[in-house]
Amino acid sequence: MNFAVLQFPGTNREQDAVHILKNVLGHSANLVWHKQESLGNVDAVIVPGGFSYGDYLRTGAVARFSPIMQDVQRFAASGGHVLGICNGFQILCEAGLLPGALVRNKSLQFRCEHVFLKTATRNSPFTAKIPEGTLMRVPIAHGEGCYFADEKTLNDLKVKDQILWQYSDAKGGLTETANPNGSLWNIAGVLNESRNVAGLMPHPENASEPLLGSADGRAVFESLVHSLANRANFQPA
Amino acid sequence: MIGWRFGCYATQVKAKITVTPKKAVLDPQGKTVQDALAHMGYKGVEAVHVGKYLEIELQDGDKAAYQKQIDDACHKLLSNPVIEDYHFTIE
Repeated sequence: MNFAVLQFPGTNREQDAVHILKNVLGHSANLVWHKQESLGNVDAVIVPGGFSYGDYLRTGAVARFSPIMQDVQRFAASGGHVLGICNGFQILCEAGLLPGALVRNKSLQFRCEHVFLKTATRNSPFTAKIPEGTLMRVPIAHGEGCYFADEKTLNDLKVKDQILWQYSDAKGGLTETANPNGSLWNIAGVLNESRNVAGLMPHPENASEPLLGSADGRAVFESLVHSLANRANFQPA
Repeated sequence: MIGWRFGCYATQVKAKITVTPKKAVLDPQGKTVQDALAHMGYKGVEAVHVGKYLEIELQDGDKAAYQKQIDDACHKLLSNPVIEDYHFTIE
């Protein structure tokens, strides 16, 4: 598979994303500078974490107008798979590719720690290979990861099975104490209606090898690779 | 004579934009400030909302045209309609 990993001024996790895709999973992954106007011939796009444009104005607000994002819009509209991680999630929400928005953590603190994620649905190209009934232990590192959407949007997400991950305790309970940022419904990651664009605040790329303390996050990328290889199953309606 | 700049034109029009979090959105900054005000002994504070204030300096021109342009910019970039409201004046 051939992945594009976007790079904006202030992006800082792009090499981590390239590392998991290239060195761990053995695929091709290339950085694409935000001023480029074309993604080229790629199978999927990763919008990595960081602090694009210094988080000025709002997280992701300026990056969303970078030239490359026009092509990401086109790519997504034609059914292409896009995964936004952390700041990438914020950018995709600002771009309108994902519902809702990320606001300041309820605690007002930057949270950098490991969390447990419960996979809410395996019916997506990003979760299909996550072992059923398991939790993922992955790190978070953000100050603005509190997921917000209005009530109607939240209900739509539930009805249309678009919630991918929720913060949980070690037993899978969706408790308030397990919620690191105040996200509504403990939401850590969501999917678009066409099921080809996803975003999450935690960093699965930083939990993809035993050396890093957890390899649970690897299943997210394995899911994506598997789905791309069998993409007929996930063509948007 | 106001605001002579490098290009030797006068900046005479100003857009003043206020962006505030929507009521339904959690505003922990507002709550923290509210608690601080109460702690300091200020009476009658029912709620605090922390938002943003932006000023855009514009070349002298048609205010009605600017009105449309600023509204568009507020909607697309300066605020996020999912979580924020905005209002502005052009002076």
